[in-house]
Amino acid sequence: MSVSLEQSKPKTSLGKNILAHFKRYWRLHVLALPAFAYMIIFSYLPMFGITLAFQDYKVSTGFFHSKWVGLKNFEFLFSNNDVWRITRNTICYNVAFIVLNTVLAVTLAIIFNEIYYKRTSKILQTLAIMPNFLSMTVVAIIVYGFLATQNGVVNQIMKAVGGQVRNWYGYKAIWPPLLIITYLWKNIGFSSIVYVASLSGLPQEYFEAALLDGASKWQQTKYISIPYMRNIITIMFILNLGGIIRGDIGLFRQVTQDSGALYEVTDVIDTYVYRALTTLNNTGMSAAAGVYQSVVGFILILVANAIVRRVDEDSALF
Amino acid sequence: MARNKEPVVEDSFSKINRVKPATNALFIVILTLFAVTTVLPVILVFSISITTPESLTANGFQLFPSEISFTSYQSLFKTGSQLLDSYKITVIVAVVSTFLGVMMMAMYAFVLAQKRFSCKKFYTFIPFFTMLFSGGLVPSYIINVNVLHLYDTIWILILTSLVSPFNIVVLRTFINSTIPEEMMDAAQIDGANEFTVFNRIVLPLGVAGLATIALFLFVGKWNEWFTAMLYIENPKLIPVQTMLERIQKKIDFIRNNSSYANTPDGMTLLKSMPTEQTRMAILIISIFPILCAYPFFQKYFIHGLTVGSVKG
Repeated sequence: MSVSLEQSKPKTSLGKNILAHFKRYWRLHVLALPAFAYMIIFSYLPMFGITLAFQDYKVSTGFFHSKWVGLKNFEFLFSNNDVWRITRNTICYNVAFIVLNTVLAVTLAIIFNEIYYKRTSKILQTLAIMPNFLSMTVVAIIVYGFLATQNGVVNQIMKAVGGQVRNWYGYKAIWPPLLIITYLWKNIGFSSIVYVASLSGLPQEYFEAALLDGASKWQQTKYISIPYMRNIITIMFILNLGGIIRGDIGLFRQVTQDSGALYEVTDVIDTYVYRALTTLNNTGMSAAAGVYQSVVGFILILVANAIVRRVDEDSALF
Repeated sequence: MARNKEPVVEDSFSKINRVKPATNALFIVILTLFAVTTVLPVILVFSISITTPESLTANGFQLFPSEISFTSYQSLFKTGSQLLDSYKITVIVAVVSTFLGVMMMAMYAFVLAQKRFSCKKFYTFIPFFTMLFSGGLVPSYIINVNVLHLYDTIWILILTSLVSPFNIVVLRTFINSTIPEEMMDAAQIDGANEFTVFNRIVLPLGVAGLATIALFLFVGKWNEWFTAMLYIENPKLIPVQTMLERIQKKIDFIRNNSSYANTPDGMTLLKSMPTEQTRMAILIISIFPILCAYPFFQKYFIHGLTVGSVKG
């Protein structure tokens, strides 16, 4: 409070206004304070930490006394062939995730909404969202139950039908589809809830009018339900787009059991950064990769939002 | 609201305007298949956990094990002091951080829901910007360890990801759309200050929204394994999910270094390792409370999301 008073000293009237403001509203500031302080400490303070990417950070010298090295960490990161591989993996997986997840979740929501045994619909919905409540560690062990070389279900089926028994954790070809399926398995049920929720707000009058005009159920879905969900679909899409350059460590590290033989197709920026940090102890390059992620993600959100704003202002996030 | 006015007309309308019985049946079949694929893997894990060692060696993992025994659970309850410690930590962390997180976000959301408050724009921007930009893993790690000194303490487990912008927005929208402004205004005219309004009106009337957020936070904390993997060494502070992850890592290590398994060190490591059944039993015990609880909260979070996910 005292800070803001000091800043406004030249204009006494403003100072008085601020005093009056705090007299009237101090309780609101108090209510906002805990979460505000939390975000400053845990979200904004680390943002200044991106300067680490421009330092030769040593634990012994600490954050304030480490040597500045300019863009050297970035040079090191980008001179490495790995960076293109991990960027490609991260973006390709995320594009597949976003597109398939949206399409399937919306479809699922429409189906949930149309079934007229409401109780059955509810029960099936409960089962469909179940994987969302499992952690990636648990999912990884479930996948292991299927793929384990010795006892895994898949290899047993292979044995039974005379197919080839493999070490699946060393067999690259299956992993891209498998990771996509795992992601969808865990997420579509729960994602569909947002769309089910959105559909429940759709005024019945639209359908009544459509029915009078002789619209079939399919036409109603195509011309009423889906356009009605356009807003929420776009918002979810923009939000997801910001994460397109981030990979879930749980999915790409735990589920693949961090198997080195698979890195070619499973290594994403986050797993790479984590490895660089924990095994190579390369703080500078990890921080540089983090900055690279944040900047690209930031630009992508801004661009996507600008495009959406131009096409349809209501659907824009900001 | 409009729906409740003419329930009879409404009902008969939705009867006329519904999919054909054949389509309905097809939809149910599709969804049932989907539900089976979500549930079956969990049943598989449970089946593995109750397979006898002999049956496991002979037949591998089976959905319907030929011989059943609950010895893995019995031995876990007898000797599982690590499991007990981990369970305790998981419960404490989940409960404390859910309470703290929900209160902090509810208070903040209440401030954002004010109609006349000149600093609202500023307070809205703060969480919003964190959605767009973040410092990343490394700076957070260094601040948590070197500045806040949270390494290897329970506080790092409690304090990470307490406040999320998405949840704040959901709560703000929820407050705006379920609690009539007139009610809050009337209370203020009667002399209630913001604290009283928050306590007596927002908290009781916002239960569905708060329960939604509480569930998300609780599940998130219960399933959190990464924080402990980064920051925790003390075995007494390891949450259940991280414990599962460590066991898995040991097994991977042995598999990837099969020559190591023959050395004395490797032998002891192999011996100390839980069997497949025990590991699956730990997994089942770790997910059991969540799987039992979430169906009861479903009503709340569907309602909470319905109201809260509308753009405000």
